[in-house]
Amino acid sequence: MQHQELQQSNTQKLQQAFATALAVDPALINDDLAYNSIPQWDSTAHMLLIAELENSFNLLLDTDDIIDMSSVAKARDILIKHGVVFG
Amino acid sequence: MTSTAPRPISLITGASRGIGAACVQQLQQAGHQLILVARDTTALQALAAPDDLVISADLADESQILACFRQVQQHFGRLDHLINAAGIMQDSALALTKSTSLAAHFQLNVTATFLCCQLASRLMLRQKRGNIVNFGSKVGESGSSGQAAYCASKAAVSGLSKALAKELGPQGIRVNVVAPGFIDTALTAHYHEAQRAQLTSQTALRRLGTAKDVAAVVSFLCSDAAGYITGQVLAVDGGLVL
Repeated sequence: MQHQELQQSNTQKLQQAFATALAVDPALINDDLAYNSIPQWDSTAHMLLIAELENSFNLLLDTDDIIDMSSVAKARDILIKHGVVFG
Repeated sequence: MTSTAPRPISLITGASRGIGAACVQQLQQAGHQLILVARDTTALQALAAPDDLVISADLADESQILACFRQVQQHFGRLDHLINAAGIMQDSALALTKSTSLAAHFQLNVTATFLCCQLASRLMLRQKRGNIVNFGSKVGESGSSGQAAYCASKAAVSGLSKALAKELGPQGIRVNVVAPGFIDTALTAHYHEAQRAQLTSQTALRRLGTAKDVAAVVSFLCSDAAGYITGQVLAVDGGLVL
């Protein structure tokens, strides 16, 4: 897969992981979406989100990462720290 | 008829000896694929089936627990059962117990169990089902003179497990505690004959327990037959009264 396609794919995977875990339309997922800013992103959904992200990107996050994951943008930053490449 | 269900994947801590090793044998017989975790690699390799995964780790070290689960994630991508059998027991009277001994009990019996539950539950959440068996103790429920640090740590495991049963139950994850009475293992090898006789007389079934007695209950909790059991402390003590 080309580098650009990989980056695109990871962006879609991130968006889909959020949409699946929070049970919302993928169109609602943007960088500003934050923990507890919508009813669907509560503590239970946060657990599911972590599991979904770990499954999608085949990694295991640190507890500090999970606590810090307060928005979509922050989630992307944390994944980048773990070697995931985004465009 | 051939079953198409995937083999259960089960991680056992403290798998190198005693109750943990007995759990390895029981779950191998039940068809599980195992991840055996302990410090003694040689002992683990002697117990492991060819397709089992052996991980050498000191669970008193948080970074080694995380590395262990990263290996599980890479190797299997899922986990069905976690059996937290690793534990420490140092008998001493209250006045003779150092804070380092208390900390060691809590580090392995409570913190390591907590962290393994935390990481395992994330692997289980992916399939919205899973099963965790933690080890409490008869003395954690009823107390025992000369074992204050151990009793406190095992009581903590019961509290932890009841809380997790409530928190993880909605996600299809069961959490229970097995609370052994006096079980004849290396952990209790220092008990002299008079103590053993005394404990036997206090046990309704008039015999001391074996690691196999406990492993059989763990195997039951890891089966579909236990699918509606969570948040329980199951005594495996032969009717021991303290």
